[in-house]
Amino acid sequence: MTKIATRTAYGQALVKLGEQNPDIVVLDADLSKSTKTADFQKKFPDRFFNIGIAEANMMCIAAGMATTGKVPFASTFAIFATGRAFEQVRNSIAHTELNVKIAATHAGISVGEDGGSHQTVEDVAIMRVLPNMTVIVPADAIETASAVEVASKMHGPVYIRLGRLDVPVVLPEDYQFVLGKAVIMREGWDAAVFANGLMVAKALEAAEQLAAQGIEIAVVNVSTIKPIDKATIIEVARRAGAVVTAEEHSIIGGLGSAVAEVLAENEPTPMVRVGIQDTFGESGNPEALLEKYGLTAAKISEAVQKVMQNKK
Amino acid sequence: MDNNMQQIAVRAKEMRRQIIRMLASAKSGHPGGSLSAADIVATLYFSEMKVDPAQKDWPERDRFVLSKGHAAPVLYAALAEKGFFPKEDLLSLRHLGSYLQGHPDMLLTPGVDMSTGSLGHGISASVGMALAGRLDKKDFRVYTLLGDGECEEGLVWEAAMAAGYYKLDNLVGIVDHNGLQIDGPIVEVMSPEPLDQKWQSFGWHVIKIDGHDYAAILGALAEARVTKGKPTMIIAKTIKGKGVSFMENQVGWHGNAPNQEQAAQALAELE
Repeated sequence: MTKIATRTAYGQALVKLGEQNPDIVVLDADLSKSTKTADFQKKFPDRFFNIGIAEANMMCIAAGMATTGKVPFASTFAIFATGRAFEQVRNSIAHTELNVKIAATHAGISVGEDGGSHQTVEDVAIMRVLPNMTVIVPADAIETASAVEVASKMHGPVYIRLGRLDVPVVLPEDYQFVLGKAVIMREGWDAAVFANGLMVAKALEAAEQLAAQGIEIAVVNVSTIKPIDKATIIEVARRAGAVVTAEEHSIIGGLGSAVAEVLAENEPTPMVRVGIQDTFGESGNPEALLEKYGLTAAKISEAVQKVMQNKK
Repeated sequence: MDNNMQQIAVRAKEMRRQIIRMLASAKSGHPGGSLSAADIVATLYFSEMKVDPAQKDWPERDRFVLSKGHAAPVLYAALAEKGFFPKEDLLSLRHLGSYLQGHPDMLLTPGVDMSTGSLGHGISASVGMALAGRLDKKDFRVYTLLGDGECEEGLVWEAAMAAGYYKLDNLVGIVDHNGLQIDGPIVEVMSPEPLDQKWQSFGWHVIKIDGHDYAAILGALAEARVTKGKPTMIIAKTIKGKGVSFMENQVGWHGNAPNQEQAAQALAELE
């Protein structure tokens, strides 16, 4: 199976979009080789701004550029984009509804060896709570390329969560990301798994394992966390009668919470959340970390079997 | 004073009167730092800047960013005086449903180029505007007004560094150097001094003036126009609460509105 990091797909998408839209500018905070914005810099040096190690400044500069009609993409690691620069994002980008795209890489524990200081497990939660902010967590390289294009063509602030690790390509070449639309990737109505990011591939793997045991589950890619696709989530939960969420993020405030909010108000359904259990990460090989923190196909399968016992 | 300075003085006095009326109506807000900046803001809007109330989104317009966003009343007074919206609306400041928010909101108020209020954001956004203007080969200029207390914010110096590095000679900063912040004199709370040397060392051309002397303000803005290869910072010594005797140099008037009686006395002084 082909594996590509979503950050790599982002860098390539930016170059392509940069050719189509001269208003696209890119800002980085001394991490352009890691975030892959260096690809854009090479091609369009005049439209690339390395703000240095000053993420707060980068966000407000991007906002200022957006006031003149530019379409700024601001990139750094997710921990700095959403943590260090939170209040700049809140007041100068979200409150102003300015057309800034925050494409943050190295999200989640799959950052690996850099350890807990660099592994954001809370970024989706703190971006999702901001009014006017669109939040996208692409599943793979194909969806990343399409989502970055969609983000560049819509007006308003967008947070795109990207990863460092090479992850399996799970979507077909001609896939088109549709904002706010959760995609049913596999049908089966013993239970349903709502996943995003690299956990979509793990959920599909879990579905295979479970099928071998005669359990058929639906796998839904909820790549847009906000605005969330209430209709699909309610319909799938109603059909399956038991749901699991799977995300490379804290189970507090991210996909698990978003799905729980929708279901609690509209279609109360037995549910189990797979994700990071209210803890920080640590140094280690990414795959070993995913294993240790329970972000695996086996854990999803286990959660499915557990939640099915609670089906009405 | 020549004719230009005389008309600026008339506008500044009217703006000060509006500031008092607005704050008395709102029953909260920031008179001290609005009054200290009135002469600077009047000079910008009524002599220096290229803006047109008939086309508020004119791409070629000069930009003004009130980085010290709590001085919103001075900006609203200038915009109303300039014709961006009716003067009667000024009295709706801070009231529910008003387009005149406690701090400037670009989505609601005609003529506001950037929402501000959280200190440090404004000058940083101004760097973005100036960079974008240069990229597009536009000749608009960007003006941003900072508080001296605001210069305690780290973001100000991140922005200062970037503006110096990018040699943004289309950017002009003005520090409203009134010497007071909420908790007391800036040199006692957390001194940002020496401000002139700090800005110089970040790559800015620094001019020190009396911020209530129209000739000095105009002279500094003209000097900024001919200063190439670096941004200009005008450090304008001002009096907090300027124009109202009982507010002048009083820390307590940073963030308290006058009652009706105090407003009447202030307006009498501003006849």
